[in-house]
Amino acid sequence: MVERHFDEELQELNSKILKIASLSEESIFLAIEALKKRDSEIAQNIIINDVKVDEFELAIEDFSIELLARRQPLASDLRFITTGMRINAELERIADLSVNIAHRVMDLCKQPTLKPLVHIPMLGDLAIRMVKGSIDSFVNRDLEAARLVIKQDGEANTLRTIIQKELVEEYMIKDCSTVPRAISLFLVAQHLERICDHAKYIAEDVIYLVSARSIKHKHEGILK
Amino acid sequence: MINNVVIEAKNFNFYYGDVRALADVNMKIEKNSVTGIIGPSGCGKSTFLRSLNLMNNLIPSAKYEGEILIDNEDILNKEIDVVALRRKVGMVFQKSNPFPKTIFENVAYGLRINGVKDKEFIDHRIEESLRGSALWDEVKDRLHASAFDLSGGQQQRLCIARAMAVEPEILLMDEPASALDPTATLKIEELIQELKSKYTIIIVTHNMQQAARVSNYTAFFMMGKLVEYNKTNLMFTNPENKITEDYITGRFG
Repeated sequence: MVERHFDEELQELNSKILKIASLSEESIFLAIEALKKRDSEIAQNIIINDVKVDEFELAIEDFSIELLARRQPLASDLRFITTGMRINAELERIADLSVNIAHRVMDLCKQPTLKPLVHIPMLGDLAIRMVKGSIDSFVNRDLEAARLVIKQDGEANTLRTIIQKELVEEYMIKDCSTVPRAISLFLVAQHLERICDHAKYIAEDVIYLVSARSIKHKHEGILK
Repeated sequence: MINNVVIEAKNFNFYYGDVRALADVNMKIEKNSVTGIIGPSGCGKSTFLRSLNLMNNLIPSAKYEGEILIDNEDILNKEIDVVALRRKVGMVFQKSNPFPKTIFENVAYGLRINGVKDKEFIDHRIEESLRGSALWDEVKDRLHASAFDLSGGQQQRLCIARAMAVEPEILLMDEPASALDPTATLKIEELIQELKSKYTIIIVTHNMQQAARVSNYTAFFMMGKLVEYNKTNLMFTNPENKITEDYITGRFG
């Protein structure tokens, strides 16, 4: 086997992706913490830290384009760089959605508590599990772990529907003074569900990376 | 995988004396497509290419077994008309090799040795061939200048025009751009894309990216064996064989 300098560069790309992954994972974890504790200071920190995520995203994109231009990769090298670019974008979106949640938490902190949160923390914990699972599946190139993340997305959709239905039917319709707070929670649920979607997209990318099969828009076959 | 088969090698073995250069090659080549042949030096890719118009028969120690069918006719049959075969299966070599003649006479050569005398027909065919090889606009005002006055890239396109003048069905290209600069290489690659609507093209190349750019199918040879043969898009994104993956990603020493 020939030693390739290119392997060191691919390793460097991998490390950079793991770094943005850990920053994004931290953002969503802190967003749920801020929500549960009604802590606007934590929320503020998420917003400040997002600058680092954005910088990492751009650095990874630049480095990937440079590798494509200089190395003209093929086969597994090509799949790694192209899926790495997609995963990079998904992770940045996850961090952005965490920032959106942080803004909603800061709004909620200024107002009295609407209700004890039950399903939103459940959806938050699921989102954390899915993001972590998708990153682990990337680290270990693990098809089973990726498939599990994709399966969990249905659960996320169900939870979001339950949360939003309750907010509309039990609060917004019955007492219009709850609308501003209910809308904030409604949006939090929406953002969490979108985070779960992005974790699913990462898992789909991992499946392509490992098996060279794209399962986008056709989950039924591969999940059986 | 292959629908409209024009060439088929069946259990083809080739020997230089006692050395087996190709071992049990089975391969079908699609009409009007570009097939790239890649592999490390000495893997047998040029031997295979040269077997398709019996060029190897010029080597005294050459021996072969099996069948190579072109248009369902076994060209390894001793009765075959080699001249007619080479008219059907043209060849372009690594180093451009124009004859020490004018541009016009280089392209006319194949027609003349095939007994064509009709001047109007020859003029027409020369223009058609030079246009086909994307050289006409560059040489139309100096057709009677020496072929050696042309640049390396132009000389190679002249050789392609010379091969095309006798209207072959198949064009064999043995690293046709390896001695050319990037601009001339690009012209040859563009030309290959144009030509495949009329010809079946088989190209041996050391340049992986070139195979990826120009070919519809790619065959990977190693140590005389056809290791993998697939559609080019699959070969270069997801090769089935670990050895192919190692070779095309440069991990193979």
